[in-house]
Amino acid sequence: MNAILIIAGKEVRDGLRNRWIVGTTLLLAVLAFALAMLGTAPTGVLGVKPLAVTVVSLASLSIFLIPLIALLLSYDSIVGEVEHGTLLLLLTYPVRRGEILLGKVLGHCTILALATLIGYGGAGLAVGLGQGRDPQGWAALALLLVSTVMLGAAFICLATLISLLVRERASAAGLAVAVWLLFVVVFDVAVLGLLVWLKSGLDPALFRWLLICNPADLYRLVNLTGMENIRVFSGMAGLSESLRFSPWLLLALLGGWCAVPLAIALFVFRRREL
Amino acid sequence: MNAIVAEALGKRYHEQTALADVSFSLPQGTLLALLGHNGAGKTTLMKLMLGLIHPTSGSVRVLGQMPSAAALAFRRQLGFLPENVAFHDELNGRDTLRYFARLKGERPAVCDDLLERVGLSFAAGRRVKTYSKGMRQRLGLAQALLGKPRILLLDEPTTGLDPVLRREVFAILGELTRNGATVVLSSHILTELDARTELVAIMRRGRLAAWGTLPALCGNAGMPIRIRLAAPGGPASLAPHLNGFPVSAVDGRTVELTCSQQDKMAVLRHVAALGALVEDVEMRLPGLDDVYLHYGQGDDPE
Repeated sequence: MNAILIIAGKEVRDGLRNRWIVGTTLLLAVLAFALAMLGTAPTGVLGVKPLAVTVVSLASLSIFLIPLIALLLSYDSIVGEVEHGTLLLLLTYPVRRGEILLGKVLGHCTILALATLIGYGGAGLAVGLGQGRDPQGWAALALLLVSTVMLGAAFICLATLISLLVRERASAAGLAVAVWLLFVVVFDVAVLGLLVWLKSGLDPALFRWLLICNPADLYRLVNLTGMENIRVFSGMAGLSESLRFSPWLLLALLGGWCAVPLAIALFVFRRREL
Repeated sequence: MNAIVAEALGKRYHEQTALADVSFSLPQGTLLALLGHNGAGKTTLMKLMLGLIHPTSGSVRVLGQMPSAAALAFRRQLGFLPENVAFHDELNGRDTLRYFARLKGERPAVCDDLLERVGLSFAAGRRVKTYSKGMRQRLGLAQALLGKPRILLLDEPTTGLDPVLRREVFAILGELTRNGATVVLSSHILTELDARTELVAIMRRGRLAAWGTLPALCGNAGMPIRIRLAAPGGPASLAPHLNGFPVSAVDGRTVELTCSQQDKMAVLRHVAALGALVEDVEMRLPGLDDVYLHYGQGDDPE
C-alpha cells in the first residue's frame, strides 16, 4: 500500500514539474469559462437556468477532450519506462508489480482529477454563485465533476493497458489515437449507421446494451439524462423510457470500464518478463 | 556459506539460447568479476539472480532462496546497478535517491551520506538530465548501496568513471565484502580488475568458460611469461647465449623470450649472468587480458 502511494506521489510531482497539471487545468478552466460565458448569453431569452446549461456544454466538450487528455497522460506509462530503462531497476526493488501499476494509475487519476476539479469546478462555481438558489443545478455540476473524473480514470486504465501491450512507445501512441477515435467518433457513427440501415428500428434492449459498450456514451448518458432539468436543455426529454438509467448504475458501469482494463493490465504485467 | 549457487542454470528465449548449463557456487563475502563479450550471457545471468526472469532449466539460489519466487523482503537484501542506468531526468539527484530509499524502506536521511560516499554531493541539487555518464553511474551505485545489501549485482559499474573514481568504487566494494556482502560485477575493462578481484568467471556464448582465481586460471591455461631484454649489441649478439628458449627479435635492440612460470627464476639468473650484453630487463606476467583472450575467444565446441 505504502509503495502505491510513493509511486503515485512521484507521478503527481512529475506532473507538477513538467507542467502537465498546470497546463491541463488552465486548458479545462479556459474552455469551461468560455463555454459558461457563451452558454449563459442566451439564457435571458430562453429563461433557462444557466448552471444547467453550462453543465450540458461542459459535458459535450468533455466527451472529446477528457479521453484525449487521459490517453496522452498514460499511453507510455509502462512502455515509456521500459524504453527509457528505468523500469528494470524499479522491478528489482521490494515493490510488487501490481503496486507499480496501481501507483501509476492512481497518480495519473489524481493529476486529471485535480485539473478537472479546479478547471471545471472553478467555472461552475463562478456561474452558479452568480445566480439564485438552484439545488438541481449544483447536483448536476457535482455529477458532472464526479463522472468526468471517472471518464478520465476509465481512459487512463485503457491507456495503461495499451502501454503494456506494445513493445514501442510509438506503437502505444498510435494505438491510443485509434482507441480515442473508436470510442469518441467511430462508435457513435457506427451505431447511427446501424440505426439507419435497420429501418425497422433497433430492438431497444440491444440499443441499451450497445451504449454500455462505450465509456464515452455512458458519460453522455450520465450527464445529459441523469437530471430532470438537464434532460430539458440537452434535448433528451423525449428519450424513450428504455434508455432511462439510474445515474448510479451508469457511474457503476463507468467504474467497470476502469476495473476491467486495470485487471487485464495487472494480469499482463505480472506475467511479463523483462 | 554460499551466497549464490547455480545448478545447470539455463535460459532460452524462443530459439535463442541466452544461457546454458551454468553451475557455480559463490561463497559469501567474495567479489566475483564476470567477464565476457556482449551477448555472452552476463546480463541474463544477473537478471536470473535478481529474479526478473525465470530459468528455463536448472536453478539458481541466492541467499538460499529462488529469486523469481522469493518474498518481497528478499529484494530488500539486493542492490543492483543496471548497465547504462537511467533515471527520471527531471528529478534532481537527491530526490531521485530519496525516492528509491523510500521504496526500499530506508530513511531518506541516509541519502546525503551515500551521495557524499560516491562523490556526488556537489551535484545533489542538480537535475539528473544535466548529469554526465560518470555522474549517473555514481548515482546508480549510490542507489545500489541503499539499505546495506547483502548481495550486490553491478552490470558494468565502472564505465564512464575516471581512474580516481574507479579506485574509490573498488575501495567501497572492498569494504562491503569485508563486511560480508557478496559482490558480482561485470566488466569489459579488464586491466582495472587485475589486482582487485578474488574470483573471475569468464562467459562465452552463454556458457561458463572459466571459473577461478586469477593465478589459478593463469596456471591452468599454461600461459607463458614474456621477458624482454634490451641488448645494446643487437639481437644477434645475444642469440648464442639464449639456447633452449623460444626467442624472437622485436626490433634492432630488443629480444623477447617466453618461458613457463616454473622456469622464470632460472631464466632470470641466466640473463643476469650475461653482464653487459643485457642492458635492461622487462617482464610481462599474464594478466586478466591474457586469461580472457585464452578462455573467452577459443574455438567454439559446437
